[in-house]
Amino acid sequence: MSAVAAGSPSRPSLRKRLSARGLDATTLLVLPGIVVTLALFVYPFLYGVVDSLVPKQGPWFANYLKFFSEPFQYDTIFATLWLALPVTIINVLVAIPIAFRVRLMRRQRLLTTILVLPVTLGTVLVADGLLNYLGPRGWFNRTLMFLDLIDHPIRLTNNYWGVFASLIITGFPFAFLLTLSYVTGIDPAIEQAAATLGAKARQRFTRIFLPLLAPGLIVTFCLAFVQAFSVFPSAILLGAPSGPTRVIAIAAYQAAFEQYDHSMGAAIAIIMGLVQLVVILAVLSLRQVFYRGPAAGGKG
Amino acid sequence: MDFAENALAGTGKSSQSGRLELIDVRRVFGNYNALDGINLAVEPGEFIALLGPSGCGKSTALNCIAGLLELTGGEIRLAGKRIDELQPEARGFGMVFQNYALFPHLSVRKNVGFGLSMQGVPGAESAKRISDALALVRLQGQEGKLPGQLSGGQQQRVAIARAIVIHPPLVLMDEPLSNLDAKLRLEMRAEIRGIHDQIGSTTIYVTHDQDEALSLADRIVVMREGRIRQIGTPQDLYDRPNHPDVADFMGFRTRIPGKLVSVSGNRASVDAGGVRLEAVAPGHVSVGDRVLVSIRPEDLVAVDEGEGLKATVNSIEYRGRAFFGLATGPDGSELFFRADRTYPRGASIVLRPLAERTLLFKEKA
Repeated sequence: MSAVAAGSPSRPSLRKRLSARGLDATTLLVLPGIVVTLALFVYPFLYGVVDSLVPKQGPWFANYLKFFSEPFQYDTIFATLWLALPVTIINVLVAIPIAFRVRLMRRQRLLTTILVLPVTLGTVLVADGLLNYLGPRGWFNRTLMFLDLIDHPIRLTNNYWGVFASLIITGFPFAFLLTLSYVTGIDPAIEQAAATLGAKARQRFTRIFLPLLAPGLIVTFCLAFVQAFSVFPSAILLGAPSGPTRVIAIAAYQAAFEQYDHSMGAAIAIIMGLVQLVVILAVLSLRQVFYRGPAAGGKG
Repeated sequence: MDFAENALAGTGKSSQSGRLELIDVRRVFGNYNALDGINLAVEPGEFIALLGPSGCGKSTALNCIAGLLELTGGEIRLAGKRIDELQPEARGFGMVFQNYALFPHLSVRKNVGFGLSMQGVPGAESAKRISDALALVRLQGQEGKLPGQLSGGQQQRVAIARAIVIHPPLVLMDEPLSNLDAKLRLEMRAEIRGIHDQIGSTTIYVTHDQDEALSLADRIVVMREGRIRQIGTPQDLYDRPNHPDVADFMGFRTRIPGKLVSVSGNRASVDAGGVRLEAVAPGHVSVGDRVLVSIRPEDLVAVDEGEGLKATVNSIEYRGRAFFGLATGPDGSELFFRADRTYPRGASIVLRPLAERTLLFKEKA
């Protein structure tokens, strides 16, 4: 027995024990983030939940009961899904082949800049531009009529298709840039290896790229879906806000700011969040099926 | 080697391989000649090493053979048939990549079986061939793991098994050992040669490590700046490099410029800045030529005084049995030498080359 061991067992100091568990002075850096999250996200969210459960009249669930008993209200869920789901699917599916092509290009940055423009312009400016471009006297209809492809202008604004086009334009760059980063994250040698082993382009895509991309595509889908589901300005400006494009955000807005029932507005917002959550959880659960590790084929 | 007998029998000897010919193969990137007219014939069953420093075109050559790069000019033939216009998937060569390029989402068994499933090999046969290949690289029991769960050496074995399980007429290896630690590198080196001998396919192996090339290959192709400098057996290259660049790669680190003053038989005499050096005379030099004298460190011996190259010791280190060091000549040239004892830095020494192991190259005009 050595002298040290014979004495009281030398325990490391509290500071050392804490840092071994990942707690040290650096941990304090998360505090500002926690404060902001609590103040700007958790508190307003809980406030909204509580607000929605304190209706103007009736029992605590009266707002929810009201929403699900009026087709005028609960149909907004389907109107929104009917816009957001097809738009998201198209954006993600179109982004894949384009990302595969762009991956091989040298001047990616120019193209990326062009694609990011609609995102930076904002939905209102895009909606305004589309009103002019797709309107009855806009370039699109005029060109088709000039080419004698149509006799009368096609109605593309103030209906479903106007909102649809706007969501594609603002949502595609987002989906594309995410997809591109996933596609370029796959080591090119993996595809080359598949090729030398006899896999044709199609097999390389389905057997190698798709399984490696799937988790990323699922995340892309979720983010793009949330963005499309919360459509509001373009549904009013480009759509038929009292008809087919009366999306759920409009219903919440009308309840809160036209009927001055903030409790009902909060309830609709909660419902909107729950619908998004259901779709996202359903899609994310698909991720369990796929491999979710780094997309590199060995030591770098 | 303790490879299982059935592994050998099951993997089988590739009989379909034929002579591989590269005829004036060229590849240009922009305005850079990565391959500047490569001519090479590889016999079936041969193990060829493409050796050279980085940027010499050896990997480009390998990618051209694999079909991953298109040729700018020339042709590649296998058993007389042109293959340079085929897509890589139609060539059927097995390739081992520098970073292994395993499919990260597939198990070891599925990685190895990928090529067989692409060829449509039926399940029972495929299963047997996968097991044989895994036995050959000694990876039994790891079938279900993902590549990310394996060590570097195991990943390397999977990559090799995946390449050879399709019984390729040609196995291409692109610096396969460069990511492994020194000990594992030596082990895998021996195993790669053992596997080559057992499956009997033709192997083309790219490396920048002359030890690897010397110990593995039947013939070595030394490349530099997109061209082949010399082709020969390891002994040829080690004893008779035909170019100062090749000599440099083969360990002739000291290069002394001089003038040829006399030739008698196979012995030449060179005036190197007032010092007379004896060397082996190549066939094509004549008295008065500017020449380069190349010597290996072990053949340039340090003594305290006497005839020889006067030099000042720069650094010296013990490498077991002898000391090796770097000295500077009066003209500033670097002289790599061997010594029986250590010398302090800055000591004056005299270096004596062994004439029968000193080479001579004619300098370009």
